Amino acid sequence: MTAYDYWSITRGALATISLSLVSILLGVPLGLALALIRWARVPVLSRLVYGYVSVVRSCPTVTLTLLVYFALPQLGLSLEPTGAAILALTVSTSAFNCEIWRSALVEFPRDQYDAARAFAMSRWVRLKLIVFPQIWRASLPALVNEMTLQIKSTPAVAVIGIVDITRAALRVGANTYQPLPPFIFALLLYGVIVFALLRVQRALERRQRVSGAMA
Amino acid sequence: MSDFLIIWGQRDVVLAGLLNTVILLVIAAVASIVLGAVLAALLMSKHKAVAKGAALYVDAMRCSPFLLFVYLIYFGLPTLGISLSNWVSGAIALILYNTAYMAELMRGAWLELPATMIESGKAFGFRGVSLLRYIILPPVLLRAMPLISSQLIQIVKDSAFLTVIAVSELTHEMTSIQATYFIPFAAFVTAVALYWGICLTIEAANGMLDKYAEQRRS
Repeated sequence: MTAYDYWSITRGALATISLSLVSILLGVPLGLALALIRWARVPVLSRLVYGYVSVVRSCPTVTLTLLVYFALPQLGLSLEPTGAAILALTVSTSAFNCEIWRSALVEFPRDQYDAARAFAMSRWVRLKLIVFPQIWRASLPALVNEMTLQIKSTPAVAVIGIVDITRAALRVGANTYQPLPPFIFALLLYGVIVFALLRVQRALERRQRVSGAMA
Repeated sequence: MSDFLIIWGQRDVVLAGLLNTVILLVIAAVASIVLGAVLAALLMSKHKAVAKGAALYVDAMRCSPFLLFVYLIYFGLPTLGISLSNWVSGAIALILYNTAYMAELMRGAWLELPATMIESGKAFGFRGVSLLRYIILPPVLLRAMPLISSQLIQIVKDSAFLTVIAVSELTHEMTSIQATYFIPFAAFVTAVALYWGICLTIEAANGMLDKYAEQRRS
């Protein structure tokens, strides 16, 4: 492997990181919104969310990506590979995040919510100041866990021609006729990304503890 | 709607793909649960070196995306002089990858077992494999059942990656149908619906086993 080969796999890492980052930034709040719909038992909508989560959670990312990229144009919505990849990854992660947020919401003590109401807080203020900080703390480990799974499912978008770490490593292997070194380098890159994410989680948890101690 | 009629016309191909996915699921599930139990025993081993080695394997698998591992098996084994068919390399990749996850799930359930249970098993003369087979594994498996069944759903989803090495599973067959007839929407929606069906079946089976576990406990 030449320096250029290492560089091309590292460039794949940029694609992997940016696609996962964008889909996480979109998927985490979307999951929260879906979970709130189910928590508030909005008629009809909460049924739809239930169905959405059930289907998406059992759908392979590869199949979902193919569906978004090839089938949406038939409905008159054609996306570039990057857009299709982000959409597919966001749809997939939002369903998992919805379940994580929902389990935190189900555990949330009802009396606190009622107390906030007794203080005449509006619905929005109740959610923002009372509910959200606590479910965020409870959900963080599971959310980060889902993020690591999300990073590991990004290679699925290679089926529509996006060059991520895995695809870049495959190309280098095909050019040099030595598949093992690029794959092992790719494995190391994934390891580094996942490890960095876990460090961010630790740092966030430490900050929560500090702010919890001050409050 | 006519697109779905084309899919219906191609039902032999679709069902063959579905069957292949189910066969891969069953083989990978059985093998990875059995091997996972063995690996869990290694993880819990008193010999530090054995436990460390097993943990290294589990961590490596947990860092690696499944697709990367598939490539590693598919392109890596031939360089070591072992050449296998696409289907067999796909199945091996599914088994080896999920064995690590199964082992980790079982280790979690194992840690929750009361120590007295294992000690009294030893007092009754159970050793080694028989201790594992009759005393430790039954409660571990029952306890880990919900997690194991969600890992089975993961196997179903991972099996779709095997399309990249041309294993003729469900996604692969659907891709070839859509490429022939240009009906991507009908083809992939059918695929998603069939995957959903498989996963609902797994969840229903898990519910039944859960009831059985409840009865056994009481």
